[in-house]
Parts: sequence; C-alpha cells; structure tokens
Amino acid sequence: MIKKTSITEKRKRPLDKLAYFGIFLFAFLVFAMVVLFVVYILYNGIPGLTWEFLTTAPNPIEQTIGILPSIINTGYMILLAILFAVPVGVGGAIYLCEYAKNKRLIRIIEFTTETLSGIPSIIFGVFGYVFFCTLLNLKVSLLSGALTLTIIVLPTIVRTTGEALKAVPNSYREAAQGIGATKWYMIHTVLLPSASRGIITSIILAIGRIVGESAALILVSGGSAMYMPRGNFFEQIMGSGATLSVELYRYAYSRGENGIGFSIAVVLLAISVLLNLLVKLINKKLGTQKAES
Amino acid sequence: MKDHSILRSARTKSAVELVMHILFIVCGLLAVIAVLFISIYMIASGGPAIAKIGVFKFLFGQIWNPEAGQFGILPFILSSIVATALSILIAVPIGVGAAIFLTYMAGKKTGGIFLFIVELLASIPSVVYGLLGAMLVAPMIFKLQTMLSLPQSGSLLSATIVLVIMILPTIISVSASSLQAVPKTYNDASLALGSSKIQSIFKVLLPAAKSGIIAGIVLGVGRAIGETMAVMMVAGNAAMMPTLLGPVRLLTVGISLEWAYSSGLHREALYGIGLVLFVFIMIINIVLNIILKKGGKKA
Amino acid sequence: MANKIITKDLNLYYGTHHALKDVSIEIKEHCVTGLIGPSGCGKSTFLKTLNRMNDTIPGVRVTGNVLLDDEEVYQNAVDVTQLRKKVGMVFQSPNPFPMSIYDNVAYGLRIHGIKKRIIVDEIVEKSLRGAAIWDEVKDRLKKSALSLSGGQQQRLCIARTLAVQPDVILMDEPTSALDPISTMKIEELMSELKKNYTVVIVTHNMQQAARISDYTAFFLLGELVEYGETSQIFSMPKDKRTEDYITGRFG
Repeated sequence: MIKKTSITEKRKRPLDKLAYFGIFLFAFLVFAMVVLFVVYILYNGIPGLTWEFLTTAPNPIEQTIGILPSIINTGYMILLAILFAVPVGVGGAIYLCEYAKNKRLIRIIEFTTETLSGIPSIIFGVFGYVFFCTLLNLKVSLLSGALTLTIIVLPTIVRTTGEALKAVPNSYREAAQGIGATKWYMIHTVLLPSASRGIITSIILAIGRIVGESAALILVSGGSAMYMPRGNFFEQIMGSGATLSVELYRYAYSRGENGIGFSIAVVLLAISVLLNLLVKLINKKLGTQKAES
Repeated sequence: MKDHSILRSARTKSAVELVMHILFIVCGLLAVIAVLFISIYMIASGGPAIAKIGVFKFLFGQIWNPEAGQFGILPFILSSIVATALSILIAVPIGVGAAIFLTYMAGKKTGGIFLFIVELLASIPSVVYGLLGAMLVAPMIFKLQTMLSLPQSGSLLSATIVLVIMILPTIISVSASSLQAVPKTYNDASLALGSSKIQSIFKVLLPAAKSGIIAGIVLGVGRAIGETMAVMMVAGNAAMMPTLLGPVRLLTVGISLEWAYSSGLHREALYGIGLVLFVFIMIINIVLNIILKKGGKKA
Repeated sequence: MANKIITKDLNLYYGTHHALKDVSIEIKEHCVTGLIGPSGCGKSTFLKTLNRMNDTIPGVRVTGNVLLDDEEVYQNAVDVTQLRKKVGMVFQSPNPFPMSIYDNVAYGLRIHGIKKRIIVDEIVEKSLRGAAIWDEVKDRLKKSALSLSGGQQQRLCIARTLAVQPDVILMDEPTSALDPISTMKIEELMSELKKNYTVVIVTHNMQQAARISDYTAFFLLGELVEYGETSQIFSMPKDKRTEDYITGRFG
C-alpha cells in the first residue's frame, strides 16, 4: 500500500535528473554541431571566395579557378526543372484535391507520391541515365538532368501545393460555383490565387532540392564545369555540365582541392539559408493573414 | 445575335472543362507512371546482369573484382546494412531527445531558433556533409586508427557518423510533430496523478506518439541506406567486408564510384546493384506505408 | 467536522488579469463541496490552485495561502507530485490514456513506484469497484480504454484517480460532457466517495450542486461571494447576488 507522506517530503528522482541531462545534452549537441559546421565552412571557405572566383571560368593556362560555369549550369537546372515540374506538380495536386473521387485511385496516387519522395538520388540517376540519356537519346546533358530533377521534386510540389489547396475554405468553392462558374474557371480564378503562397513555398523547397542534388546529376548531366556552356540555348542545355554541388564534389573528392570545395560550400550554404528564410517569411505572412481573417 | 449564346458558350465551356480535366488526370497520374517506369527500367536494366552473373553469386559473392569478372556484392550489402543500423541506433536517442527538448522544454524563442537550426541541417546538401565529414570526422578517426596501428583510411565509422548527422533532422522533425499532435489532456491527466514531467513524457506522451516516431525512424532508414555522395567522400570505398575502422563501400557508392569508367557487363552489374538498392527502398516504403496506415486508424 | 483545506486571502493572476480575489474558505473533511457560479467566475481556476495544476500554465502568479492538513501548499519545500498524489483530479471531459483499461488504473501506482503484480492487481480491482465500473469492464481489462463509452471513460478516470489513494478528489465539471444516465451514475458515486475522501466539485448545474453537495460556494468575477451549507445557500442565501444566481436571474 502507498504510505501516507507529507507533501513537503521531496521525492528524489535520479532517473528524472538523468533524463533531463540527456535531453539537454542531445539538444545542445545538435545546436553545437550546426554552429561548428557553419563556422568551419565560413572559416575555410571565405578566403577563397573572391569576385573573380564567382564570375570567371577556370583558366588552366593562368591557373585560375572560377565557378561561373557551374553557377550558370545550376541556373539552367533550376529554370528547366521548375518549368517542367511546377505545372505538372500543381496539376497533380489539383487533380488529387479537386477532381479525384475514387478513394482507391487517390490512395494509389498518394502512395506512389510518397514512394517517389523515398527513392534515393542515385536510383533516380540510374533511371534517368537509362531512360532520358539512352532511351530518349538526350545524352548526358543538362536537359536529362532537368528531366530527372523534375521527377525528384514532383512529390515536394504535389504535397505542398496539396496542403495549400486543402487549406482553402470550402465556402470559396461553393461561392464560385454558386454564381455559375465552371470548375476550371473556379480553380484558376479562386483556388489557385488562394493557394499561391503554398505554391511559391513548394517552388522554393524544390529549388533547394535542385541546388543540393548531386548523386543523380553526376550520372545524367556530367561531372565537369570547366567551360562555359556554348552555342544557343538549345545547344547549351543539350550539353553536359556540372552544377555547383557536383562541382564541389569534383574539386574536394576527385582533386583534393578542399579550399575550393569550402568556397563553393559557402555559396551553397548561403543559398540554403536564404531559401529557408524565404519560406519562413512567406509562412509568417500567411500566419498573420490567417489571424486577421 | 445569331447563335444562341447560352448553348454556344456551354459547348466551348464544356470543351475547355474536358481538356483541363484530362490534363489534370495526366498530371495526377504522373507520380504513378513515374514509379511504374522506374520499377520497370530498374528491373529491365538490372535484371540481365544478375541473371548472367547468377543471383546467388551476385548477392552472396564476397569478391568484387570487375577486371577478373567477379561481381559479388555481399560486402556492399552488409556494409550498407551495418552503417544504416549503427547510424539509426545512434541517431534515434539523440533525435528523440532533441524532439522532446523542442516540444516540451524549449521556450517559444529558443524553440524557434532550434527549429530553424534543424531545418538548416536538413537543407545542407549531401556534398557539403561529405566535405565536412572528410575534413572534420575522418581526421579524428585517423588518429584512432593510428593509435590502434591500423592504416589510415576512410571507414565505416566515419560514414556512420556522417549518416547520423544527415538523418537527425528527419528524426527530430517527424518526432517533434508527432509529439505536438498528442492531446494536451494526456499530459494534464498524468501530472494530476502526481507524475513528474519526465515520467509524463516517457510513460504517456512518447508512447502516444509512438507510431509517428517509428515512421520517422523508417524514413531515416530510407535516407541512410540511399545516401551516396556524403558517404562516398568518407567511407574509403574499398570493396571489403565491413569492419568498424576499415574502409567500406556501400551499395549506393558501389553504383556511382565506377560509373564513369564502366562498360559492358561491368556497367550492367552496376545496374544490378541499383536494382538491389531499389528493392531495399521499396520494402522500406511499404513498411512505412503500413505503419502510417495503422497510426492513422488508431487516431 | 475537521477542516481539510483552508485558503486564506488567495489571489491568482494570469499575467495582468486578476482571476481570483482574496478567496478564503474552509473545506470540510469527508464532505462534498460544490463550487458554482457563471462561466469565467474563477471556480475552475480556484479548483486548480488546490493541486497546483495552474503551475503548468505560463504567466500564473499566486499569493495568499492554501493549507492542506495545516501544511502550506504554496511553499518551496512542497513536492508537487506528492501534493497531487494526495489531491487527485478528474477533468471536464474524460481523458483516459491510450492504453488498456488496466494500465490506465495501474499508471498512477507505477509512477509512484508500486510495481508488484499482486498489489497492483488488487488496487486496480478495488479502484474500479470504487468507481462503480468493475462489473462493466472486469472481462476486458486488457482492451483499450478508448473503446469505452464516454460515461464509462469518466468513471475509469475516477478509478484512475482513486488508485493512488488520495485524500481529496477535485472534479472539474465531471459530467458536463456526459449523457443523463452516465451523469446519474456519477452522482450516485459521489455520496459513496465522500465516506473515504473529501470531494470538491465544480459544477455548472445548480440542481446537481443541490443534489450532491453538503457545502456550496458561490463564485462571481473571481470573488467568493457566499459559502455555507448547501441547504442554507439554496433556501435562504444571505447575499443578493447569490439569490439572483440561484433563482436564475443571470448566468
């Protein structure tokens, strides 16, 4: 039986103390780790980060290093992949939220979307090589890379846009259809504008994924950015080339030039932070808007 | 007006509606088509090599020596499994601990900063982790290797540590969001019975969030087994059976490392590794789906 | 009859909001004390000062005294877990843990270090009997508590509270989420409970207070307006405001 005790008899709880210690230690560990990483990257990377480094191509004769080609390649990759992925991703989300009625079909689409987001880069790389580079004969090129990235970012866009669409109140839909608007008219005049912040968030998240991708791109877009892309737009995207992340790998791993690797890492880190802040900013605005209404 | 506007507009309207409807169906089915195509092409490209080499020889062969025509990937499979298991073992307590901190102990401001840090950790590209691993983690292991008079090299341990760092954000954010979804009334009831905050967390709140946390762990397993670039930069990549302080080549690295200069049966064998990895990932996905469905039913 | 809980000039602030004003009351042992008043009058807040559940809300400040068996509840030396073991609480809507019926009742024992199977079994049965639910659940103790009906869940929560063997049971509108039959069962239970426990119950329902409580306290805008034997409060209230309230002129 429980013995009667006074309320001022403090129970000693050594296990609780241990648990608190562990929890705070682990949280601190995560915190310290990130701080260490950021400081270490900046410390090693900033010295090499000159204007010339950012705005020139490597010059083997003068032995200068520049990452402009990989910046341009990254730009192409973002542009093309977003161009392909956003319409189909948003379209897929609209289908899931507004059209699809068959529960089974919805489940299958949701399951495959989840599956896609769980497939690792390297598998996408192998598939992209077999399908886009070889079967569709697009060769190892920026275009093959962008198409592969389209599949990689598709789940992100479908999911984030889908959440935004679900958050649009049903009364909007009913109001629009009540005044005789057709479904498509309702979607592009009422639904999409209301979900626009969600769509923009999904684009930013997708850009983050594109910038960070490397394993797949080495297989489908090539591993070098020695030269500026050449020819007209189509010739450029049909050529091979490394993005920033792939370039970092090439310098740091294949050539052991860690300093250059860190300088590129600073650029990548800056992009990550910027994109994160952008998402925060958009969602904050969304939050205040919700609170007002 | 000669044409009856209502009818006419109804006709064009319904044509537009129909076209858009079809377009949306195609977009909606794209994920299904993609998964289907990926499955088909992974099998079609990886299957023949496995058949030529022999399923048993391929999966359980201990020697990978493409020049000699030996394509045994057991070392890769075991290395991947060991690295994944170890990294999960280390990352889960840290990640769940950090999630508890974030949900129950951090104030609003600290919590906000902590969340930002976790999100940043999640968004740093693999290659940057590879670089950090090569410059920060591997040298520490080198010292350990020297102390034990082992040759200095990339190692399973380095790869594991890098993987721990990379799967932490997944485990933290999934665990934290499932803890946040636990009704506050459970906590009240537990405290009112005279339990301490810690007892309440470990005996009521964590068990209530169990299925979400397990889903996070399974996601982490998928991340770890699929990671390529970061581990390639720290694992040493020798095709040997896994030892904690020796170099290892994971499945993913098995594909990418020799990709550029492989051809013929060698390239086909790399496709075969891809297929094996793909099967692993699909199993993990199905397990994840089952867990999420069970969790959904309970709630 | 002896005083179980005494409060003296008890004040409580939520940030700048003054939620309880100089509440002084003497709660008698082995009685049911009903707290009534319109919503937002501070009766639930007052209830939660007695087991310090308000501590979990950020920004709460308490002044004045709460004495439980002549021991000050608001002093640094108090271990709130010991306090809450002595002063149990049943909430407005049933909140069983997502565990089996058995584990729900055994939970309180386990956190207080009682793990021996025979003892736990015995107390679980005793508590379930005490909460008049034993016969309904004895064949499915291993089933999830969430499978019970709302009324059964609430009686399970009472059993869960009884299991840690408190002296005082606080009830915060325990029947407001229940149907009339379940409400009746819990009201019947109340007169049984007071034999062994001191019960303090917040209720929104004046008939309920009149039916089950020995003493009644009327709260208004954070003040304790009137406190006395239930028969006196309901038949000849001294304060005009009490009279207005119980005759249904407001609230």
